[in-house]
Amino acid sequence: MAFEDQRTTVYKVNPEHPESETLPTLRTEELLLNMGPQHPSTHGVLKVILELEGERLVKSTPVMGFLHRGVEKLAEDGTYHQFIPHTDRLDYVCAMYNNFAYCRAVEKLMNLQVPERAEYLRTIVAEVQRIIGHQFWLGTQALDIGAMTVFFYCFRDREILLDWFDELCGARLTTSWYRIGGVERDLTPSLIDKLKQFLDYFPPKIDEYVVFLETNRIWLARTKGVAVISAEDAVSFGLSGPTLRGSGVDYDLRKYEPYSAYPKCDFSVPVGKNGDTYDRYWIRVMELYESVKIIRQCLEQMQEGPIMADVPSVTLPPKERVFTNLESMIQQFKLFSQGFNAPPGEIYCGTEAHKGELGFYIVSTGGGKPYRLKIRAPSFIHMGAFDYMSRGYMIADAITLFGTYDVVMGECDR
Amino acid sequence: MHQFIKRIQETFSVGFVGATEWRGDVAVTVTRDKLHEVAQFLHNDPGMDFDYIVHVSSVDWPDDEERFEVVWEFYSIRKRHRIRLKTRVPESDCIVDSLTDLWKGADFMEREVFDMMGIRFRNHPDLRRILMPDDYTEGYPLRKDFPLRGKGWRDTFDFLDEVPR
Repeated sequence: MAFEDQRTTVYKVNPEHPESETLPTLRTEELLLNMGPQHPSTHGVLKVILELEGERLVKSTPVMGFLHRGVEKLAEDGTYHQFIPHTDRLDYVCAMYNNFAYCRAVEKLMNLQVPERAEYLRTIVAEVQRIIGHQFWLGTQALDIGAMTVFFYCFRDREILLDWFDELCGARLTTSWYRIGGVERDLTPSLIDKLKQFLDYFPPKIDEYVVFLETNRIWLARTKGVAVISAEDAVSFGLSGPTLRGSGVDYDLRKYEPYSAYPKCDFSVPVGKNGDTYDRYWIRVMELYESVKIIRQCLEQMQEGPIMADVPSVTLPPKERVFTNLESMIQQFKLFSQGFNAPPGEIYCGTEAHKGELGFYIVSTGGGKPYRLKIRAPSFIHMGAFDYMSRGYMIADAITLFGTYDVVMGECDR
Repeated sequence: MHQFIKRIQETFSVGFVGATEWRGDVAVTVTRDKLHEVAQFLHNDPGMDFDYIVHVSSVDWPDDEERFEVVWEFYSIRKRHRIRLKTRVPESDCIVDSLTDLWKGADFMEREVFDMMGIRFRNHPDLRRILMPDDYTEGYPLRKDFPLRGKGWRDTFDFLDEVPR
């Protein structure tokens, strides 16, 4: 009976309508809900203030910056070489691609040519990183939506590649393998064997992930037609990567402004139609197949050769020479403590990371340190469209939305 | 001379300040009062057609008369070219037109510039701090006069100049 009493306080009589005396109207009001900063599906520390009408989202305001470490300010205080490990900590799930994007930007500033073998190595490792990134995304997105099995399958296969990274550079996540002008070390025969084995092992596993999800009615119901954004809006918001391609725009810097060994590889860029979460998921799965294709072609085409550009004033000497040769030791010491002399000027260089366009805008006034370094982080820019894309959807779709951007807060807050 | 520079110079003979072309990047500097007009031209002109906003950034030049430089970078997905648009702002009147009405993505990017460098944007729908806390009063972190170690209560810490032995 106590329950009945509470209910009556919610009803009110509307004097404008006489019939309301017999049919009381339900009192409604907007509910303000704080989601985060500690929430398992926000992939880091992110708070969103949700304004709800019933279970529908009226407005959502992302509150960011919990992971802000001032990386751009730190960059102004170190040399160009010293900043490479900082880029690992931006998008800590996919450190290799951050290194790649940064090194490309500095090479553009220094007008440096990278040897061909290094370009192939860079492309191979970048695509391995793309596979890792998409596996991580697929596993956690499925987990957020409630399909737990896929998570275990994805992480099982991701582990193989992380061990491969471990053998390559001694670290699983914070890798720092790329260097300005080349790469740190070459692939060993054992690494090439392991990668080839993985390439044979992996494509059937992708089919497995897809079967799990395509036959799951909950997955389909929660991704199809959710968080739709039109191509025009997606472009206007500056979205990039699979998030933009899901809306049917084939913007991919690997094709639009080809770099590294990508122009020598034959691959296609999957493009969606409807601009919903399902299309973005499908693009990422298709990119797994494409990455396997790219790595195969690179391994076939790759020739022997140097892995570092030979410009002693900028690039590092080979490690074995540092420990045996005095001049190389001095070169290494001077490059790390004082840096190289960059010409005054400014450049922007964008690279297609697996999340989207990761760009570096560097202003140099000469000398060994960047005067200003701005990071164009795809996660941050995607969060700008969060409010627009969430309006009108159910509260549970907010979680799908975080996932569909593939947001990593380390990169978002920098 | 690059065709973009030529066209902008012809169309905006009053607002055009200068242009550079370096390492394949085209950068055009315009005066602050003409900025929105130039941006509108870049966005709407069929020859330019810059529909994609790449980033908004800012550079601090403490020794210059007009201290801050605000930088927009645009890309055209249909035409596949890019351009950088710059303007200078003095410290005493630190405000510039917002471009959120042309590119929706400019919203968060301009908020970040405001947060980090303290440049305000006229007609911005929601100009608040974005990465630093809302009640942060210690200044703007990316300005050159902001110390790397931080300001406020952190500045009162005892920093060790040497590692004690």
